[in-house]
Parts: sequence; structure tokens; C-alpha cells
Amino acid sequence: MKVLLRNPRREIDVDGPVSVNTLLERLEINRESVIVIRGDELIPADTVLADSDQVEIRPVISGGAVDTQVRP
Amino acid sequence: MKCRVCRGPAIIDIRRHNANFCAEHFLKLCRDQTAKAIADFDMILPGERVLIAVSGGKDSLALWDLLLEMGYDADGLYLGLGIGDYSDDSGTYVRAFAESRGARLIEVDLRAEYGYDIPTGARAARRAPCSTCGLSKRHLFDRAALDGGYDAVATGHNLDDEAAVLLGNVLHWHDEYLGRQLPVLAARNGFPRKVKPLVRLGEREMAAYCVVRGIDYQVDECPMAEGNRHLAYKDALNMLEKRSPGAKHDFYFGFLARASERFRTTIDAEQDALLECERCGAPTPSEICAFCRLVEKAAGAQPVTITTRGGAV
Repeated sequence: MKVLLRNPRREIDVDGPVSVNTLLERLEINRESVIVIRGDELIPADTVLADSDQVEIRPVISGGAVDTQVRP
Repeated sequence: MKCRVCRGPAIIDIRRHNANFCAEHFLKLCRDQTAKAIADFDMILPGERVLIAVSGGKDSLALWDLLLEMGYDADGLYLGLGIGDYSDDSGTYVRAFAESRGARLIEVDLRAEYGYDIPTGARAARRAPCSTCGLSKRHLFDRAALDGGYDAVATGHNLDDEAAVLLGNVLHWHDEYLGRQLPVLAARNGFPRKVKPLVRLGEREMAAYCVVRGIDYQVDECPMAEGNRHLAYKDALNMLEKRSPGAKHDFYFGFLARASERFRTTIDAEQDALLECERCGAPTPSEICAFCRLVEKAAGAQPVTITTRGGAV
């Protein structure tokens, strides 16, 4: 299957069938820091992905200027 | 996986709730948690006008969507930061969202209105880019809220943001920052009220919310934030969360319930001692506020161009 990764944007090939959970473990990605999307839909961790699937593993962590409580 | 509420097919698992949700009940969870945060901390009262600080990222667009869905009178404020293509794309997402909802969007462009952008200002003032960005946002959000007669400024800070800031402040024992780390800061001494309605929702939930609601947002990380400490704190907390679901929630809400009050006294005294900036009138501990000093230093500086990897040339 085709797996799209971000930051930096790149695509890798992974053999299916494999569950979302196992895919993340193989890629050493913490499930707390991503969502997984197939087409336009979110898919949960127990979904089994087929060889023909295309999925995106989208990071959810954002950083930067978050200290808005610092005054003045 | 099945939805905890209706037993239909789930689209997301949230381990700290030990539950899975379908799309309909996940959206309900997000609305309920936002409503609970607003109610628990008296963030926004009925009939009040709210100005939302929108960046084009998932959190601020999700917050705007949630507040509009919940019936609040909520306008958006977007700052053009001048961070190359990243800012151009972010602005496009914000404008598209506002147009799709028929919502009012106020835009302020740093370069056009204040003569600098974040990369140039950071270099001229010898501040870190994230510090320059934060300073600019705080000052201009406050000013826009006061000038526009808004009752509160709402930001998209979520549970992960607050837990990461708390971790950084505790690691270095920044007492003065710990005293201010609250979901609500009341209006006083020239500051508008600041509220964070997403503190009960995690970063992963906010990204999922946008996907389910069909909201396009800026997925890429700001090129200038790469490698900052805040991201490292989030990574560390997510490692703990994976092993111990609910760790971030317990850390942050435990602090609010058991410790935050102990850091309040020094902050109250500090705020009472603030002066008015001689140039813009904003509250400041010195004669000229930090924002006006930044604008002064950046005036006439050679513009800095951002490379695709976040470097400045």
C-alpha cells in the first residue's frame, strides 16, 4: 500500500494486509501523535489495511508561539 | 471498534476516555467538552462577543467552527506573519473557512501595517522567531479585541499545548509563568479577557474534528518552529500518554485544582505595577512596551527570506 507521511512530506510502500496499529508500530510512530486517514475518512487503530489501500499518517503535533499567557 | 454511545462503527479511539466514537458522537463529545470548559471556567457569557485568534491550523479553525456551531457571536482575527509560503497557505485556509461559514474575518498584515515580518523582526531584535511571533500575536490580539469592543479573545490552545507549557514551566520553575497558566485570564489593566475553550480536548481530537467536519487546515509545521523545546515537551508527554492514558489530563487539571493558586500572588502584584506604554498605551513594566521596541528595531532592517527548511537568509 501507499503510505503518505508528513514533515517532511514523503510516500513509502508497505506490504498489506496490516492493521493500523501494527503499521504505526512498524514505522515506530506513537499513535498518540497522529491520525490515520484513508480517502477522506478517519480510520481507527484496529482497521486492517489492504495492499491496494492508500493512507495518510498525519501528525497532529504543532508548536511554536504558544506562550500567549506571558505578559506583557 | 464500536462507538461507546450507539454501538455503530467507530472512527476514533480515545484512550484517556477508554472509549471509541462514531463520527456523530465524536462531534458531540467535542461540543460537550468545549461547553463544559466554557461553563466550568466562566469563559464566555451569553450574548458576549468573542474574537478568535485564527492561524489556519487545526486548533483555531476547529475552535471557530465549534463556537459558531454552538451559537456564539465569534469573529476571527488572522495575522499575516510573513513566513514565506507557510503564511501564504495559512491565510488561504483561514479565508476559505470564513467564506464557507459566512463569518467575519479581520486581517492584520505585519509587513504592511508595522513594517516587519517574523523572520526579519526576529533577526533585527535578536529574539527567537517563536518569541517574536508570540510577542506580536499577544500585542495585536489584545489591541484588536479592545479596539473592536470584544468581550474576550479566544485561542485554540488545547490540552496538549497546556500540558507541554506546564511541563516546561515546572522543569525550569518559572513561578511567574505558572501563576498565569490558567484557562481564563480576567480582563484587567488594559488587557482583554483571554479564554482557552479547548483545554479539555487533545491535539489528536482537534485534527480528527477537522477531518470529520471537512475543514481544510495547514498541516505542515511552521518552518521556524522546527526543533523548538515546546515540541520536545509534547513528544515526551505523548510517550507518557501512550504508556499511561490520561497522564496529560491528570497533569494539567491536577495542577489547576491543587497548585495553580499558590503561584497567583506574585502575578497580581506584578500586574498592579504595570505602566502605560508611552507610544501605544499598552500595559508594560517599562516606559516603552516590548512590541514598540520590536517595531523600532525592525524598522528599515534588511528583509529576511525563509528557505524551505526554515533557515533564514
